Amino acid sequence: MGNSALANEAVKSVALTGNEAVATAMRQIHPDVVAAYPITPQTEIVQIFSTFVADGLVQTEFVPVESEHSAMSATVGASAAGARAMTATSANGLALMWEVLYIAAGLRLPIVMPVVNRALSAPINIHCDHSDTMGARDSGWIQLYSENAQEAYDNLIQAVRIAEHPEVNLPVMVMMDGFIISHGMENVFLLSDEEVRKFVGERKPHYTLLDAENPITVGPLDLQDFYFEHRRQQAEAMFNADKVVQEVADEFAKLSGRQYEFFEAYKLDDAEMAIVVIGSTAGTAKYVVNELRAKGVKAGLLKMRMFRPFPAARLREALADIPAVAVMDRADSLAACGGPLFGDLRAALYSASKRPLMNNYIYGLGGRDVTLDHIRTVYQDLEEMLRTGEVKREINYLGVRE
Amino acid sequence: MARMLEVRWHGRGGQGAKTAALLFAEAAAAAGKRVQAFPEYGPERMGAPVTSYNRVSDEEITLHSGVTSPDFVVVLDATLIDTGKVTEGIPEDGVIVINTPQSPEEMRQQLGLGEDSKVKVFTVDADTISKETIGRVIPNTPMLGALIKATGVLDLEDLLEDTKRKLEQKFRNRPEIIQGNLEAIRRAYQEVK
Repeated sequence: MGNSALANEAVKSVALTGNEAVATAMRQIHPDVVAAYPITPQTEIVQIFSTFVADGLVQTEFVPVESEHSAMSATVGASAAGARAMTATSANGLALMWEVLYIAAGLRLPIVMPVVNRALSAPINIHCDHSDTMGARDSGWIQLYSENAQEAYDNLIQAVRIAEHPEVNLPVMVMMDGFIISHGMENVFLLSDEEVRKFVGERKPHYTLLDAENPITVGPLDLQDFYFEHRRQQAEAMFNADKVVQEVADEFAKLSGRQYEFFEAYKLDDAEMAIVVIGSTAGTAKYVVNELRAKGVKAGLLKMRMFRPFPAARLREALADIPAVAVMDRADSLAACGGPLFGDLRAALYSASKRPLMNNYIYGLGGRDVTLDHIRTVYQDLEEMLRTGEVKREINYLGVRE
Repeated sequence: MARMLEVRWHGRGGQGAKTAALLFAEAAAAAGKRVQAFPEYGPERMGAPVTSYNRVSDEEITLHSGVTSPDFVVVLDATLIDTGKVTEGIPEDGVIVINTPQSPEEMRQQLGLGEDSKVKVFTVDADTISKETIGRVIPNTPMLGALIKATGVLDLEDLLEDTKRKLEQKFRNRPEIIQGNLEAIRRAYQEVK
């Protein structure tokens, strides 16, 4: 641990909402261009950041566009021109960006975007679930999810380095739970502006549209002869991201004293049963793990941080020996075979010689409160699975009237 | 503080229940506590019942579920007692702090708390205090003063100092508003009964 990390331990936390923490990270990252359109619950990020611009605290070119499709398009243009470009969105805003999400990834542009998770319409709902970003899981973006405001802040700063790494060059979205985290105030330990500036450094693009000495074409027609090779390179970048994400996390730990991994294994080593979960619910579930541990029950938890690329081999290693595993999805794929995390996790475990009994819980859709009792129910079901050796019901809907 | 404290604020849209929870969290964080503050977002509009929440602890708080059994309930508008929500989930030794000119005994009756109930009720006339100190009826900051007196979780001077710092950001050119709010907190702290 370096001196700065020790110094940071002495620094008192400040109370910030998730949106305030993310807007602060954006100010410290100091992007060249931010093009954004407001949508609940992301609105405050754009509002606060535009205040920083108006007050002269950042010299960012702020482009208040007329839609999310334009927000992502302007960000793509700026990034292709060599700028460090960011935007932010939620739910239907992300849906409107859809076409351009794939373009950003296909053009290998290291755009960083906070996404405040919110349910998709219809029916209209402004509260948290992960259906927006889970839908974008195959768009070629790296996805990092956060449990709380601190992680959202830390992940966003790391995302810049991951995205711009020459072996990656891919866009990164950084998620936090709408309202629960975005509008909830918590203690956040901030780095100094100087520390963040040094950590993210300058963007050094290989090619830019504005480099008149070395003219390039961006996004031309790419038919049967080369499209496939370009997609293969994109896939390779995702394989490379795995290594880079950990390198950046290790470097960030030296600076902040906070060590990140692909996922957090919470009391998992000797666990006989575990929940796998994403986002703020992990914090609530940790509380129940501690309760059960106090009673001598070997309960554990695995919290996903990186969902894309999917750290399949590491998850297999972490989970294969645990007899009973419950996978919690705050999004329903509506595929009639479980949520997106459940599907990927089962695929990852298929090649393990020993596999856990697994079931799936779709929970918290549209911001439905996830209580301690809900989590206790899941662990009770796992205990029954352990006892009987059978999965009574594979796909469960938790905390819903049915 | 041995355990985590949970607080629920009841107000009407425009009374500052959300702001009060945020100010309370900020002041507690500045005093070295682990905190959470979050409003319940629904279809809010001026005058509609709203709630907001706090958690305060010496340890890290990982819970992200709603607050269902608050140790402390702060009521910014006594007419909300009729909704029956004020006492919801409150534990046996819970504390309710109400903005009203009436006495705690009268409020106990209105709340339907029997003689054997161990729930403590405090009252303070935050409307009058805010009118006299800030110049208009805005009961949230004085109720902060009453809450910290009732909870003992924060030092009055710490709260005053942090609130001053926050208000200075917002009302840079209106020192009378800052002074009024600080005086309101101080008076409510002294007058709560």
